[in-house]
Amino acid sequence: MDATILLLLLQDGVVNGAIYALIALSLVLVFTVTRVILIPQGEFVAYGALTLASLEAGTLPGTVPLLLGLGACAFLADCAEARHNLDGRALLRFGLRDLALPGVVAVIAWLLAPTKPGLPVEILLTLVIVTPMGGFLHAVAFRPLAHASVLVLLIASVGVHLALTGLGLVFFGAEGSRTPPLSEASFPAGPLLVSGQSLWMIGLTLAIIVALWLFFSRTLLGKALIATAVNRLGARLMGIAPSLAGRLSFSVAAFIGALSGVLIAPLTTVYYDTGFLIGLKGFVAAIIGGLASYPAAAAAALLVGIIESVASFEASAFKEVIVFMAIIPVLLWRSLRSAPVEDEE
Amino acid sequence: MPTRLLAGLGALLIVALPFIPGVPPFWLTLLTYAGLSAIVVTGLVVLTGVAGITSFGQAMFVGISAYATALLTTTGGLSPWLSLPVALLLSAAAAWVTGAITLRLSGHYLPLGTIAWNISFFYVLGNTDALGRYDGLTGLPPISVLGHPVLGGAEALLLTWGFLALSLWLTHRLLRSRTGRAIRALKGGVVAAESFGVDTARVKIVAFVYAAMLAALSGWLYAHIQRAINPTPFGINAGIEYLLMAVIGGAGSIWGGVFGAVLVTVLKDQLQNVLPLVFGAQGNFEAIVFGVLLVLMLQRAPDGLWPLVVRRSVAPPPDRGPASHPLAPRPACAPGTVLLEASHLRKTFGGLVAVNDIGFQVSAGEVVALIGPNGAGKSTTFNLVTGVARLSAGAVRLGGRDVAGLPARRIARLGCARTFQHVKLVAGMSVIENVALGAHLRGSAGPFRGALGLDAAEEAALFAEADRQLARVGLSACRDLPAGSLALGQQRIVEIARALCLGPTLLLLDEPAAGLRHQEKQALGDLLRRLRQEGLGILLVEHDMDFVMGLADRLVVMNFGAKLCEGAPATVRRDPAVVEAYLGSAA
Amino acid sequence: MTRPMLEAESVSVAYGKVEAVRGISLTVEPGRLVTVLGANGAGKTTLLNALMGVLPARGAIRFEGRDLTRLPVEARVAQGLSLIPERRELFSTMTVEDNLKLGAFRFRGTGGGGDIGEMYRLFPRLAERRRQHAGTLSGGERQMLAMARALMGRPRLLMLDEPSLGLAPLIVAEVMRTVARLRDEGVAILLVEQNARAALQIADHGYVLDGGTVVLEGDSRTLQTDARVVETYLGVLAADDAAAPPNRVASGR
Repeated sequence: MDATILLLLLQDGVVNGAIYALIALSLVLVFTVTRVILIPQGEFVAYGALTLASLEAGTLPGTVPLLLGLGACAFLADCAEARHNLDGRALLRFGLRDLALPGVVAVIAWLLAPTKPGLPVEILLTLVIVTPMGGFLHAVAFRPLAHASVLVLLIASVGVHLALTGLGLVFFGAEGSRTPPLSEASFPAGPLLVSGQSLWMIGLTLAIIVALWLFFSRTLLGKALIATAVNRLGARLMGIAPSLAGRLSFSVAAFIGALSGVLIAPLTTVYYDTGFLIGLKGFVAAIIGGLASYPAAAAAALLVGIIESVASFEASAFKEVIVFMAIIPVLLWRSLRSAPVEDEE
Repeated sequence: MPTRLLAGLGALLIVALPFIPGVPPFWLTLLTYAGLSAIVVTGLVVLTGVAGITSFGQAMFVGISAYATALLTTTGGLSPWLSLPVALLLSAAAAWVTGAITLRLSGHYLPLGTIAWNISFFYVLGNTDALGRYDGLTGLPPISVLGHPVLGGAEALLLTWGFLALSLWLTHRLLRSRTGRAIRALKGGVVAAESFGVDTARVKIVAFVYAAMLAALSGWLYAHIQRAINPTPFGINAGIEYLLMAVIGGAGSIWGGVFGAVLVTVLKDQLQNVLPLVFGAQGNFEAIVFGVLLVLMLQRAPDGLWPLVVRRSVAPPPDRGPASHPLAPRPACAPGTVLLEASHLRKTFGGLVAVNDIGFQVSAGEVVALIGPNGAGKSTTFNLVTGVARLSAGAVRLGGRDVAGLPARRIARLGCARTFQHVKLVAGMSVIENVALGAHLRGSAGPFRGALGLDAAEEAALFAEADRQLARVGLSACRDLPAGSLALGQQRIVEIARALCLGPTLLLLDEPAAGLRHQEKQALGDLLRRLRQEGLGILLVEHDMDFVMGLADRLVVMNFGAKLCEGAPATVRRDPAVVEAYLGSAA
Repeated sequence: MTRPMLEAESVSVAYGKVEAVRGISLTVEPGRLVTVLGANGAGKTTLLNALMGVLPARGAIRFEGRDLTRLPVEARVAQGLSLIPERRELFSTMTVEDNLKLGAFRFRGTGGGGDIGEMYRLFPRLAERRRQHAGTLSGGERQMLAMARALMGRPRLLMLDEPSLGLAPLIVAEVMRTVARLRDEGVAILLVEQNARAALQIADHGYVLDGGTVVLEGDSRTLQTDARVVETYLGVLAADDAAAPPNRVASGR
């Protein structure tokens, strides 16, 4: 391997790592706020990529009926949750959020899709379609389990992953899709040729990180999310409902997932079940960061990207194996310095 | 319907099925698969339902064994019966390594790790030439039973369910043994188990290795019944399906696991027939149903369907008969011997000093109470003495030996037993088995002796001791009831019996009177006075002043993390500083 | 007598099989300071948690005539109830100022809520530490932050769980003065205290709990001289000399 190849691999690694960083950040967010280990995060990635591909092809994406269905389920779940205090105002609120919003999105998608409105609009539409799914999923699958253990939430999370993968197959079929790059341009940089696509990916990742930072440090809602993660009871006593925090963090996760899908779709053919592996690599990064630290998770994600790109050059068939084995030394290290036994309550 | 009857009927049905004319051979195959899964799920029940840890990667252990036996019997030309132990050991070794890495961490690292490693395993299988890549290996020999090769159909069904029966029997025995009690004790809290000498990290690994070995057994059977293998059935989705079976059936009992395995196998087959017609395409659409089912079960029936089928009950522990070699009683200390000596204890959390320069002694034959207002640092002091929290400075000597820095389970070895402020019994386990856990350190049988039933003499001795201690505290009548069904007062007494089972010289009680009714407090007080007379040293942390004043020989009063005073109840009661600590000063 | 602001009617709370609170009824009138006393384990904290909805309870809880029994914690906060729990439950890795801002979360977007500047005037120590993480504060400062954070939500009924816990006597006095001042400003207060003397000095009315039930109720002056209060704290062994401490309470006034 010479220096040029190494540089090339590094470049690849950083670009992939950027995606894993986004995913890892949303996983840490969801875990700290809701204690849910969000296995289905990968499905949001796949949904994002496939939705954009459908729009590119001028067809109505399968995620639109899915969104309507999930919204209807969430409406029922909301009504069930609030059954003791259900009044007209609550019904109106649930109806607007769970039925009207997806309905409006569906109509817009139905009107716009056949016109092939161009990449920026299509990307926006993709984000608008996938993002609300996060909140709906939280209401349907996880809010009823609010008092369950992390382990039960994890098993439920795997269940949601199974269901979403299956639904992906139903709505998108078994064929994969690929979208055109966000930019065809490329720039020479020393021995390398930097593509416009990779600049977009890194740039958008940085933009999202900055946006997240602003959200958490400048807005009351963002602070409320952190507060819930730091002290759930303390947050409730300030009137911050765990369900609000859960819905919000799941929506952020879905948004980031869909955006990652949009970014990754031009690089690789995405199938209905591709997201799982991508999501898991985000997990490897999040676990290396202890499922708690944002900067550590983002740094680990870059490392995962680089390990992957080097591995795919040296032993392409085993690249997944090598990436997943990377958590062993980290776990070993954590295990050796773990605290003496304590009860997990 | 009672479990035993149901199990008997099920077994009869399986044996009779092949001989009923008109049963399509397809059903025999399907039930064979269900049996194969049930063996894996039985291991998962031990892991998830009993030990409270989870793995999504059991398919990996099935696969390790299947590929091992495939290589050994085709390339190596070995008989399947000879490759079986190798396959079992390989899976066990893999589980041991995986467990050693993750089981000391929080509960979610093992399942996450198993997801990643099962996926890796799949890619390794699919990309290794020697393992036939994605095409797999073919031409495996069948298993011969008494010189007769088992070639599918009824024979495979009977062989599989025979092995399943063996697995269930071994598992049943294991869970009833000394090691099994330790595994079940994980449900009552890690701290409680450690306090009776259980090395919980090791016990978790034992459970995980055992589950992997059952998975390996299933893999070995599968390989030789199918006689050709490829990576697909050992992927992560299969691993998730095993967990689904455990959750749907009910991970709380081994029968629930079998029930779930049969149910999911049949359901999957039906769904695979129906769903492609519904959706007009081929694919794994059953995943949708399984996913939704999994979430719904966790929301609506987290204990699975099995408890809805059978009457809920805790099986009474087996009658061990009289002990041929009862445990030797521990020698009592002469009254006045110093048992516990705490000096200059200090504990800081960050910059906060929780305990500051506390010192006291407890001798044989006396009751010392640690009291003080809320937040005075009593519980922290108690945790320092029992090894649950680590000292920042100072020394704790037990029987003259410095125990600073020793974990709780080593402190237990020195004859120091404790109870808990929030009762930590295994609710679903019988009272006598809970008490017998206290004698954990007085036995030595490991998982193998337990599962194979070679521990009868020792078990009889442990249970005889448990019976003796239960009689000592006057709760023999509750012997076979599930501990969770007792009133709180009785549960506290059971904890004391469990502590006595350790054969302690020193008894540490954390708020023993909390939540008790008046008569219960009196009974507890009488019991503690009796124990004091028998030469035990007793240290208790207590809020209930009526209780303490009438019982303790000496009081150590704490306030703001420091010792306020020490002395006989009547003296302390009159001390103005104590009155002020409790009632506050008028500012 | 004015119409009660908070009414609890035979409230019971059970942890599994253990009833920690057994059929307690109490009322708090607008603008009054009511204290709940009792030794450790008497059920005081459990009672507050039940009133706030942190723990599920049987019985009826009404606030300004509205039935709260089935409302979750957040909805009770929206009604104007506020609880400062025994463990304070601050956001330890966030700054003092962020903690205060979150105190007004229920007024998000409406500009209601308390004024941070006013809180800093009330608790000058917090102003000095506004950029520090809440986790680095001393015990007294933590209690002040907890109170200021609760006040940011402009509660109409403030419930405090052992605000004196772990605090030195001088700081206890300061905390009690602040509580009394809040009452004078019109906030109804339910004060749970183990420090009976300090609480009775500022309270209008008191309840004494033992074993999860109300064993004594009365106006705080009467309670200050009642020997039975001491018994619930220090046991009955030395009942003969129980007369001395209450006398001292009385003379301390």
